[in-house]
Amino acid sequence: MASLDDLKKRIASVKSTQKITKAMKMVAAAKLRRAQESAEKGRPYSEKMNNVILNLSNGISDKENAPKLLSGTGQEKTHLCVVMTSDRGLCGGFNSNIIKKAKSYFAKILDEGKELKIITVGSKGNDQLKRVYGDKIIENISFKESKNANYFDADKVGKMVIEKFEAEEFDVCTIFYNQFKNVITQIPQAQQIIPLNNEGEESSSEESYEFEPDEDEILSNLLPKNISTQIFKAMLENSASEQGSRMSAMDNATRNAGEMVDKLTIEYNRSRQAAITKELIEIISGAESL
Amino acid sequence: MSEEFKVEIVNPEKSFLVKDDVSEVVVPAFEGEMGILKDHISIISFLKPGIIKILSKSGDENYYVEDGIVEFKNNNLSILTSTIFNLADMDKSKQQDLLKQAEEEANKTDINDQSKYLADQKVEVLKTLN
Repeated sequence: MASLDDLKKRIASVKSTQKITKAMKMVAAAKLRRAQESAEKGRPYSEKMNNVILNLSNGISDKENAPKLLSGTGQEKTHLCVVMTSDRGLCGGFNSNIIKKAKSYFAKILDEGKELKIITVGSKGNDQLKRVYGDKIIENISFKESKNANYFDADKVGKMVIEKFEAEEFDVCTIFYNQFKNVITQIPQAQQIIPLNNEGEESSSEESYEFEPDEDEILSNLLPKNISTQIFKAMLENSASEQGSRMSAMDNATRNAGEMVDKLTIEYNRSRQAAITKELIEIISGAESL
Repeated sequence: MSEEFKVEIVNPEKSFLVKDDVSEVVVPAFEGEMGILKDHISIISFLKPGIIKILSKSGDENYYVEDGIVEFKNNNLSILTSTIFNLADMDKSKQQDLLKQAEEEANKTDINDQSKYLADQKVEVLKTLN
């Protein structure tokens, strides 16, 4: 059994860990509110964008000559996967959930004999993926310097993806991120952004639009922007999810530390009492023998 | 019968501006400036760098945009843009910064015709502001 001194030290160390996790939880809670707000504010843009594209692609006259970003290259040989994770750890299952989802998708693609290319956004994802898929990772981006998700960063990623698409480096592009449902639940998502998957969505309006210039030209201007917008949306969802995940992870950690302190304190008190009893017995039996 | 309609400007971060007493909006559409009044036909178009003029009862406003999409439907004008500044809030140094950036971009030799055209546009518009 550990000595009284050891127990005392352990209690102190667990208590200071608890203080740290508690502080991290509070910080995450504050950041979560901000992240959630900006995720909500960002929604109108991507919704409107989606709407316009839907209207456009319905109005397009010549489906065969539609921009490649919309209709695809006609084959599905090379897949590009953009895996979006956080730059910091200590956020529970946040990163591992995305990685798990991505890995099962990778396995499926490789099983089908297709080629796989990976772009990782965020250093944690890169750390976890480079062990197994190191040779497949073509690019690693991280935005450690930016405090909040911003459109400028998303646009950088989007432009890179489009550049690679135009250079015919891949046929299908999928992004992986965590969708924020609530603080406890984040759902890892795989969303195909190239070619754009609009199936099942019907345009709400029957109205016909006037286009200036014509549909094709607007579409070819709009689709690249949509890529950046989708990536930005994923980044916003991700940052809200990250904070939510961290908050619940730290909450758990704080509670566990509390339990541990309780247990250690009981053990400490018991051994203290045992020591006193032992001393008393010694004194009494010493007195009796006289 | 009022001659007013609603305009909404959205950028990726937030809803930038919502106004519902607008009488006319002039947008720098890709094929030339376009004035939109109430009961305009439904239209989708995209923007080149330029100035958006919003004329309303509560005063006129001018915004500088670098790109964007406009959609007009049922007397609702939506403008989606990634870069927008209110001219009233834009001071000289900010203008100079943007101008410098645009000039750098325009002077690049390895860009395609369309981006060259857009960069030239930016320079032109920013110069007229000064």
